[in-house]
Amino acid sequence: MAETRPILHGADMLTERGRAEWDAASVQVSALVDNPYKKDFPLLATKPSLAFLDSAATAQRPAVVLDAQRDFYESMNANALRGLYKLSVEATKAINASRAHVARFLGLTDADACDIVFCRNASEALNIVAASYGASVLGAGDEVCITIMEHHSNLIPWQQVCERTGAKLVYMYVGEDGMLTEEEMRAKIGPQTKIVSAAHVSNVLGVENNIKLLASIAHEYGATMVVDGAQSVPHLQVNVRDLDVDFFAFSAHKAFGPLGIGVLWGRHELLDAMPPFLTGGEMIDSVTEQEAVWAPVPEKFEAGTQDAAGIYALDAALNYMENVGYDAIQMRESALVHTCMHRLSELDFVRIIGPEDPALHHGVISFNVCGIHPHDVSSILDMDNVAIRAGHHCAQPLLTHLGIESCCRASLAFYNDSSDIDKLINGLEHVWGMFHD
Amino acid sequence: MFGACSTTKTEGVLNLPRERLFMAEGSIYTAALMEHNAHPDYKYEMEHPTHTHEGVNPSCGDDIILSLRVVDGIVEEAAFTGSGCAVSLASADIMADLITDEPVEEAKRLCDLFMKMIRGEATDEELEDLGEAAELKSIALMPARVKCAELGWRTLDTILADSIQAETAKEEL
Repeated sequence: MAETRPILHGADMLTERGRAEWDAASVQVSALVDNPYKKDFPLLATKPSLAFLDSAATAQRPAVVLDAQRDFYESMNANALRGLYKLSVEATKAINASRAHVARFLGLTDADACDIVFCRNASEALNIVAASYGASVLGAGDEVCITIMEHHSNLIPWQQVCERTGAKLVYMYVGEDGMLTEEEMRAKIGPQTKIVSAAHVSNVLGVENNIKLLASIAHEYGATMVVDGAQSVPHLQVNVRDLDVDFFAFSAHKAFGPLGIGVLWGRHELLDAMPPFLTGGEMIDSVTEQEAVWAPVPEKFEAGTQDAAGIYALDAALNYMENVGYDAIQMRESALVHTCMHRLSELDFVRIIGPEDPALHHGVISFNVCGIHPHDVSSILDMDNVAIRAGHHCAQPLLTHLGIESCCRASLAFYNDSSDIDKLINGLEHVWGMFHD
Repeated sequence: MFGACSTTKTEGVLNLPRERLFMAEGSIYTAALMEHNAHPDYKYEMEHPTHTHEGVNPSCGDDIILSLRVVDGIVEEAAFTGSGCAVSLASADIMADLITDEPVEEAKRLCDLFMKMIRGEATDEELEDLGEAAELKSIALMPARVKCAELGWRTLDTILADSIQAETAKEEL
């Protein structure tokens, strides 16, 4: 098997921690040639020559999700919540069922469904936390502590609320290996910290932050722990109770669901005490000429007509993910990442960014091609039908910290296979050849 | 660890089929563009420029400083420094070659023509005036790369607008 040899060779370079996963992954590598999943994704199935390696930007959606979206419009389309006729009741039921499913997906129970807020995306969810919760608890002298690896969506909302409230935005930096240490967490989080907010998984480095540890340090000082789960949910099983966090946000579209649906979960007492973010229809109990009484959570945070079809389709996406199972997802992704990193490391004109150990990359591999701008790399790969992301990945402060202006990023999902990696490697050889003819 | 690169050329990767080294029809990575990127004749620090302006594409990190030496309304020398992708650097080099020894008004006309080409509005006849720069015509089909190709020209346009305005003001005195 062509994939097996480099895997075993590359295992020499691994740390102890990575070795066990590497061994497990190498067993599965042969399975990457067979891919039972691509056929479930119409876009991938109809474009067999495409190597889609940008799932960290947005994933592809399986047919069952697209069918669900259509099914909603064809069989239950009505404005949910307010209508008193059968269709509207059906639409409301669909939203509630999805809400309960999301609660279970995050390790909660159906009874916690009322703490699941639907919005547009993880960015909006984090804006709700920063603007509604942040603004109500922060004041001059307080600190918000975030990591240097944050996506702009978990950075700019905090910049804004700090500017408004006079609070200070403090950064936890990553070491040479791209990892955040406990020492750094303890150096930055203290009695003045009111909020700690961190990406569960970095969209550039692919590393997982130790959220449980961060949350316990934050709670030692009475601070609130906010998590951006946009990049973790597609790869890792999340249990917000086990992580012991206070807010958790993710986007449906990175988890094989529809575009335009975001999820915010928060502890009930926090959501309950927060003022609304957007105001208008559906989010009130009663309105007089000069005043209004807010509806209870979650409606308080869901002004206006919701994308009920999208919410219904998210339910289908979660079903699909659960049917595939995180065991299969992680086994395939681990094998893919190990293979891809090993083959990239064989190209001596490629420099991988972040940890050397593939076990620490959750679907994301960032790299640069020596002396060739990432936009040229990406444009030329595109001519070979390889789709990767190039640029600053909405994480400019991180790239500045790393001393680079931009980089290339290949991001993998369980629906990728060894042919996608072959195309990337061949494409990179093509890029290098074009510049060194 | 974080992508510091020292490698230059690698054995083994150049054994690609010849046709793969040259681009599909409509590609912007033409032989001329690759040549200007690899050997930019006009990428150097000018000694006594009359005009200097910095052009930046913040989202890609393309950053060039364009210098002109304009004497009696003629662009006697054009040069640039900076860093960026192959498209931005080659486009700036081609531009510098094209406008050297041209009157300011002609440089301005070529600049407007280039922008017209990028918008997909230039005729074949007009494209002839742009020489090698016309090879960047198909950038119109790659919206994400338009600003790379335009960077040098946009920077030139700013300088020329200032220069022409200054000349007009002088004449009016």
